[in-house]
Amino acid sequence: MSKFADQIFVNAKQWLLSWLTTAPGWLVQIASALLNICTLLAVFLTMFALMSVLERKILGRIQNRYGPNRVGPFGLLQPVADGIKMLIKEDIVPARADKVVHFLAPILIAATAILALGIIPYGRNMTPFTIDGGILFFFAIGSTTELAIFMAGWGSNNKFSILGAMRAIAQMISYELPLIITVLPVVMIAGSLTPDRIVAAQAGYTLGVVPRWFAFTPWGATAFLLFFISGLVESNRTPFDVPEGESEIVAGHMTEYSGFKYATFFMAEYIGMFAITGLGATLFLGGWHSPVQALEFIPSYVWFFAKLSALLFVYVWLRGTLPRTRIDQIMNFAWKFMLPMSFTCVIATAVWHYAGRGLRGWLWSLAVIAIVYTVLSMLLDTQRKFAPRVYRFAE
Amino acid sequence: MNSAAFVLIAILILAAALAAATLQKLMHATLSFAVALVGVAALFFLMGAEFVGLVLVFVYIGAVAVLIVFTILLTRRDVGKDQGVNWLGALLAIAVFGGLTWAVLKTQSVAIAAPHIRALTVKRIGEALMTSYVWPLQCVGLLLTAALIGALVLVIEEKRN
Repeated sequence: MSKFADQIFVNAKQWLLSWLTTAPGWLVQIASALLNICTLLAVFLTMFALMSVLERKILGRIQNRYGPNRVGPFGLLQPVADGIKMLIKEDIVPARADKVVHFLAPILIAATAILALGIIPYGRNMTPFTIDGGILFFFAIGSTTELAIFMAGWGSNNKFSILGAMRAIAQMISYELPLIITVLPVVMIAGSLTPDRIVAAQAGYTLGVVPRWFAFTPWGATAFLLFFISGLVESNRTPFDVPEGESEIVAGHMTEYSGFKYATFFMAEYIGMFAITGLGATLFLGGWHSPVQALEFIPSYVWFFAKLSALLFVYVWLRGTLPRTRIDQIMNFAWKFMLPMSFTCVIATAVWHYAGRGLRGWLWSLAVIAIVYTVLSMLLDTQRKFAPRVYRFAE
Repeated sequence: MNSAAFVLIAILILAAALAAATLQKLMHATLSFAVALVGVAALFFLMGAEFVGLVLVFVYIGAVAVLIVFTILLTRRDVGKDQGVNWLGALLAIAVFGGLTWAVLKTQSVAIAAPHIRALTVKRIGEALMTSYVWPLQCVGLLLTAALIGALVLVIEEKRN
C-alpha cells in the first residue's frame, strides 16, 4: 500500500506513456519530457501562489496584524486576485529604454529559475531531468541569472535600475563562491555530482535512530548553515535585499517594470527560492528520506515537500525579524568569514573521512571547525572596533 | 533526430555569431555572443560531453560575458556609436577562417561516431585530472591564484592618512 502511494506519480506517467507504444522513440522521449515539464510548472506555480499568500499571513502574525483575509476562505484566493490585477495592469516601457533587452530580461530570469528546478529529486524515482553532473547544471544555470539581471538593469536606462543590477551582481558573484564550496564536501563524501546518488548516500539510520543526513555531522551542519546564508543572498531575500532596497533605490533592477513583467520578476524570485531550498534539502537534509524509521510508510515526496516548506518558513521568519544589512557589511561577511569557513568545511570533511566516518571522525572534524571558527572570530574582532564609518567616494 | 537538432543548433550559433559581428550597439553584440556560446554548449550536450557543455555555460556566460558587459559599461561613454567597417578585423577573421578550413580539409577522415567509446562522465574526468594530469592542474591553479592576487593588488587603493 505504502509502495503504491509512493510510486503513484511514476506509475501514472508510465500509464500515460503506454498509450504511445506504437509511436517512434523520439516522440515518446518528447512526450515524457513534456509531461515532466508540465507537472513541474503546475506544482511550482501553485506553490508560488500559495507561498505569496502564506508569506503575507505569517509576516502579519509576526508583526501582530491579520494579513490578507478578505478574498475567499482565510484569504486563500488572494493570489488569484493579485494575478488578475497584474494581468490587466498597464505595461509601461520607458521611451529611452532598450526595448528588446528590456523585454527579454524577465523572460530569461524566469526561464533560468525554472530550469534549475529540473535536477532536484522530488521523491523516489522522481527526478524530472536526470543528468550526470546535476549539481553542476544547477550552478551553471544559476550563473546565467546575473546576465539576466544586468539586462534588466541596463535595458531600463535608469540610474536606479543600473545601480540595483550592479549591487545584485556584486553580491551574487561574491556569495556564489561560498555557495559552491560548501557543496564540495557533500560531493566529496557522496563521490558523485548526481543528486540521486547524493540522496542515496544519506539513506539509513545510525543505531536505528539518527538518520544519516549530512546535516548531522559537524562539517555538514556548518556547510548547511553557510549554504543557507548564501542561498538567502542568491535569492536576494531579506536581510540581503539591498539590490531592491526600496528606501534607497526604489526597486533596483525592477524599477522600470510594471504589470505582468514585474509579476514575472516576482515569480522568478520565488521559484529561485524554491530551487535553492530544494537543493539544500537534497544535499544536507537527506532529500526525500524520512527522518524517523517508523514513518517510512509516508510517501517520499511528502517528506521532500515537508522539508522544503520548513526551510521556506525560515526564509519568511528571517524576513519578518531581521533588518536589512549594508552592502559593505555583506561584502565583508562574504570574503572575510564565509569563504574561510567554507574552506574549513572541506578540510573538516577530509578529516572526518580519514578518521573513519565514525564517532572519532565526528569529534575530530568538530575540533577543526571549532578551532578555525574561534581563531577567525578573534582575528575579525580585534581588527574592527566600533568606529565611525569611513566613506571613500562621498563626504 | 540528432541531425535535425544539429542543424537547428548550428543555425542558432551562426545567426547569433553574425549578429554579434554586425549589430550596431556593443551591448547587443555582447548578448548575441552569449547566445552563440549557449549554442556551442548545446552542441557539446548533443555529443554527450555534458561536463564540457556545463563548464562552458558556467565560465563563459556566468563569468566572461558578465566581465565583457561590465568592461563595456565602465569604460566607454558613447556606447552605440561604433560604425564603419574595421578592415584589419575583417582581414584577421578571414585569415583565421582560411586557416581553420585548411586544417579541417587536410585532416584525414576519422570515424565521427566511434561506437565503443565510453561515455565521458564527470567521474572519469575527475580521475584523469587527479592522476595523470595532476601537475598541470596544480600549475594552472597556481597561475590563476597569482592572477587573482595580482588583480587585487592592481585594483586596491591603500587609504593612508
